Amino acid sequence: MVGITSYGGYIPRYRLSRMAIVQNMAWYFPVIMAVAGGEKSVANWDEDAVSMAVAAARDCMTNKDRKALDALYLASTTLPFADRLNAGIVAAALNMREEGVINADFTSCTKAATTAALAALDAIESGKKDSVLVAAADQRITKMATMFEMFYGDGAAALLFGKDDVIAEFKGSYSMNCDFVDHYRGQDKTFDYGWEERWMRDEGYGKIIPQAIIGFLKKTGMKIEDFNKVVYPCYFGATHRGIAKTLGVEAEKVQNNMHNVCGDTGTAHPFVMLVAALEEAKPGDKILVASFGQGCDVLAFEVTEKIADYKAPVGIKGSLANRVELSNYQKYTKFRDLITADLGIRGEQFVNTSMTALWRNRKMVLGMVGSKCNKCGTPQFPTMPVCVNPDCWSSHDFDDYEFSNVDCKVAMYTGDMLAASVDPPAIYGMVEFEGGGKAFIDFTDCNLDQVKVGMPAKLSFRKRHYDKERGYTGYFWKAVPQIGGGE
Amino acid sequence: MATGIRDKVAIIGMGCTKFGERWNDGPEELMVEAFEECLADAGIERKQIGAAWLGCCFDEVDIGKSALPASLALRLPNIAVTRVENFCASGTEAFRGAVYAVASGACDIALAIGVEKLKDIGYGGLPEFSSAMGPRNYLYFPNATAPGCFAMLATGYAAKYGLDINDVKKAMAHVSVKSHANGALNPKAHLRKPVTEEQVLNAPQIAFPLGLFDCCGVSDGSAAAIVTTPEMAKSLGKKDLVTVKALQLSLSNGTEQGFHDWDGAHFVTTTKASIAAYKEAGITNPREEISMMEVHDCFSITELVTMEDLHISERGQAPKDIMDGFYDRDGGVPCQVDGGLKCFGHPIGASGLRMLYEMYLQLHGKAGDRQLENPKYGLTHNLGGFPIMNVCSIGIVGKYDG
Repeated sequence: MVGITSYGGYIPRYRLSRMAIVQNMAWYFPVIMAVAGGEKSVANWDEDAVSMAVAAARDCMTNKDRKALDALYLASTTLPFADRLNAGIVAAALNMREEGVINADFTSCTKAATTAALAALDAIESGKKDSVLVAAADQRITKMATMFEMFYGDGAAALLFGKDDVIAEFKGSYSMNCDFVDHYRGQDKTFDYGWEERWMRDEGYGKIIPQAIIGFLKKTGMKIEDFNKVVYPCYFGATHRGIAKTLGVEAEKVQNNMHNVCGDTGTAHPFVMLVAALEEAKPGDKILVASFGQGCDVLAFEVTEKIADYKAPVGIKGSLANRVELSNYQKYTKFRDLITADLGIRGEQFVNTSMTALWRNRKMVLGMVGSKCNKCGTPQFPTMPVCVNPDCWSSHDFDDYEFSNVDCKVAMYTGDMLAASVDPPAIYGMVEFEGGGKAFIDFTDCNLDQVKVGMPAKLSFRKRHYDKERGYTGYFWKAVPQIGGGE
Repeated sequence: MATGIRDKVAIIGMGCTKFGERWNDGPEELMVEAFEECLADAGIERKQIGAAWLGCCFDEVDIGKSALPASLALRLPNIAVTRVENFCASGTEAFRGAVYAVASGACDIALAIGVEKLKDIGYGGLPEFSSAMGPRNYLYFPNATAPGCFAMLATGYAAKYGLDINDVKKAMAHVSVKSHANGALNPKAHLRKPVTEEQVLNAPQIAFPLGLFDCCGVSDGSAAAIVTTPEMAKSLGKKDLVTVKALQLSLSNGTEQGFHDWDGAHFVTTTKASIAAYKEAGITNPREEISMMEVHDCFSITELVTMEDLHISERGQAPKDIMDGFYDRDGGVPCQVDGGLKCFGHPIGASGLRMLYEMYLQLHGKAGDRQLENPKYGLTHNLGGFPIMNVCSIGIVGKYDG
């Protein structure tokens, strides 16, 4: 049996009420008032498509063996590197094998995630691979006071495809491809350029998704009534409902487009919605998934008995519940660099990042892999040639020790107003890991007044800095104190 | 068997500029100002100096690399000049080089000079140092500054002793109030206004829980010392000699940063270096025997914790001793009599020598309004880097009774 063996999801915790956008920007473009309901998810300033994909991928691999992965595919239209394998950064963060794996970016189109999933399923069905992880994420930057600003949210989801312990069996697919350009983002452009909304709705979503699904049914001989859930993105509410009507799908069988809770997460959205559907699914349920972007991929799954034993990760449900309202619209625009606030001369002092140093230390920096002394058993970070234990000091005798999934607690901390930061104060401190080891590390996703010594914390893969002059994004891990809520 | 440095070297001259925002002076002017005072005090000529050491930390932003800037500015007579850098211990390192040279017999008279020109960078605080620890460190170190790194110590200290952070802050406030009171009496100090505890506690926050007045001045300045053997000093006609009793350094080896037995409430290095220094100086009860101290009060919490690491306050008792006024100018062991880094200012490379300058003035009875009654031993202390990894230097000087 071939299909989905695990899922994971990540919606960043900040939620911006669309009314906040309206209150700030409707004076400029009153039309946004038409979709003022609900809220959109907003990635923190230190997140991007790669870091969110890592979060979803880690979630998906919670109880799975990362060393058993044969491939990692990353789907996104907002990848930070045009030439450097972005999937490779995700793979390094997961501390995947380097030998005998194939990683790839699937990009340039919001249906890239389902296309990547089909590539994964092809490889598994053909017997060439056993286990392929597909992560999808998008963090699209929008102009202020636009419909895109209202519709788009940030998020990620990941699916693990394989043969063993399949929780949703793959039952077939159909794709159509056409150069329908409802929007595009040219090379070196920050923002989407959209065509008239009526055309996007009526000739785009409203026609292409039904056409592909009908094509699928014709090809497979299945009937739309066979499906318990039909999952497809479309941020226009009426059009989303209209597609169901066209296909003859009852309203309760249509997966919610999540406009109210996080907005459209772009390439990730078919996965995000599918994960949300799987979180509620029961054995025997049939789920049809379609994507949209220069065509449409349609995939069918049947939920198996195994889902009953499947230990659900944080997922979409869990990350939606980890919600903090971002009431400050200016803060959101600063996080996305839409407004210019002075970082000060201290903030100019970037040097370039040494690729040689990164290569030598890639496991430590990207994978949060420390070492464990074979002589005294002390886990340690950063890695050094000689053991840190003053009663040991043996050299060159270590095993790798992954800290990324080890719980820790806050030992010391500060909130620094002097450090150049997009979101001052810069909060950082010392954390101590369960079972030994410490790290002097940035904190994120917390407010200073919520942090206390002794508080539990978990690690999260984040942007460490962005070198604007050279277009380089540096990543490292940060500690997330485990507090509820914020702002 | 090592016999230590005690009484092998005498300080025969010292100089120190006014510290502060010396907008119109470069490092050359600052060095010459300290050097000329020092040379006149020693009563010797340039050409009698056999070797020199220069201490400077942020070479890239102020004077440039190598010891050439000092050799050029001071017009030294083509002698050996060595630049040393060891974070905030750089000034004491320069002094240590000169002292060891004289003690070894390599030269008769040596010069130590420290300088820092911090106010040429265009922004407040110390220069950004995210790339100062090398390209590997740059890949993973947090977005940290000096006040933030030391501020962490306050949370660690409060947690260790079960104290309310606000009570620790009150003791920290007294540390700063005391230093401001002393600095007001010092014409060479950068900051000369007395402040109240209320002002300190209500100041804008720099890095939780440190406010503005918990942080020392960022200053330009230079200080210098000329040293020789006691015998040579006497032959030069010097009386009432001030000699070096101890010079110790201790550096972190990664334990604090990476090993779980560090409590985050003390300096491993200071704890160790102070014991070695007392032994070298022949001091058995520092709380009774040390007459005065200039410690590295880069931040009020640093001074608070250092009182315990120097074995003068018992562990956990520094806040009480501070609130009791034990470290005030009229207390048991007056601390930061010249205003400290807090008010005299902190041009990094000059700081260790500036501390010795105050000890030297006090021991000679030349400290003016700040003069203490008959001091015997003066202790200086620098702490460079961060609580999690640092360089500690300790010096003890005193009256020569040989």
